[in-house]
Amino acid sequence: MRAAIEVLISLLLVAGGFFGLVGAIGLVRLPDFLMRLHAPTKATTLGVGGALLAALLYFVGSGRWIVHELLIAAFLFIGAPVSALMLAQAAIRARLPSRAPLAEAGEDEERPG
Amino acid sequence: MLDLALNVAFAAFGLAFLLAAFRLLRGPSAPDRILALDTLYVDAVALALLLAVQQDSAAYFEVALLIALIGFVSTVALARFVARGDVTG
Repeated sequence: MRAAIEVLISLLLVAGGFFGLVGAIGLVRLPDFLMRLHAPTKATTLGVGGALLAALLYFVGSGRWIVHELLIAAFLFIGAPVSALMLAQAAIRARLPSRAPLAEAGEDEERPG
Repeated sequence: MLDLALNVAFAAFGLAFLLAAFRLLRGPSAPDRILALDTLYVDAVALALLLAVQQDSAAYFEVALLIALIGFVSTVALARFVARGDVTG
């Protein structure tokens, strides 16, 4: 039983690290800000969720129940979409250039300013 | 096996931390830097959680909770400052 939990924890850790790395690579490599906004808000949140679940399983498996985990999860998973919305508003207000084809089709007067 | 997975996760999140720091220094716009700071604090939370497992110590959860709290509030405050020019209004 303990060995099975360790295998599960290891898989969650590796998957979490993978998604965290994917989010950071997207943050560096994608061409404009509105594309870069996607990588950390989705992939990195999933990655840190994997690490969170692994730590939770590790401490539950050794008989200690930690309430902090749930608070951390609440702040991370409520915080990511809220901060992404705020950053998108800031980018629209700053009129950052975008390469997305839909943004070129609509002219500037449709944007709030 | 758990030690190997921990090392892989440490390397991945450490590299992610460095890449986000690169974006923070490179810019080019203010929202880019705020987004890089946001990624930095999420990666720091993940590193604190990994340290809790590696050191077998629950004290790191308090570290992770504080980083998550302060990071969320600071990201929202900075983004509102860039978008509207003030934070509370």
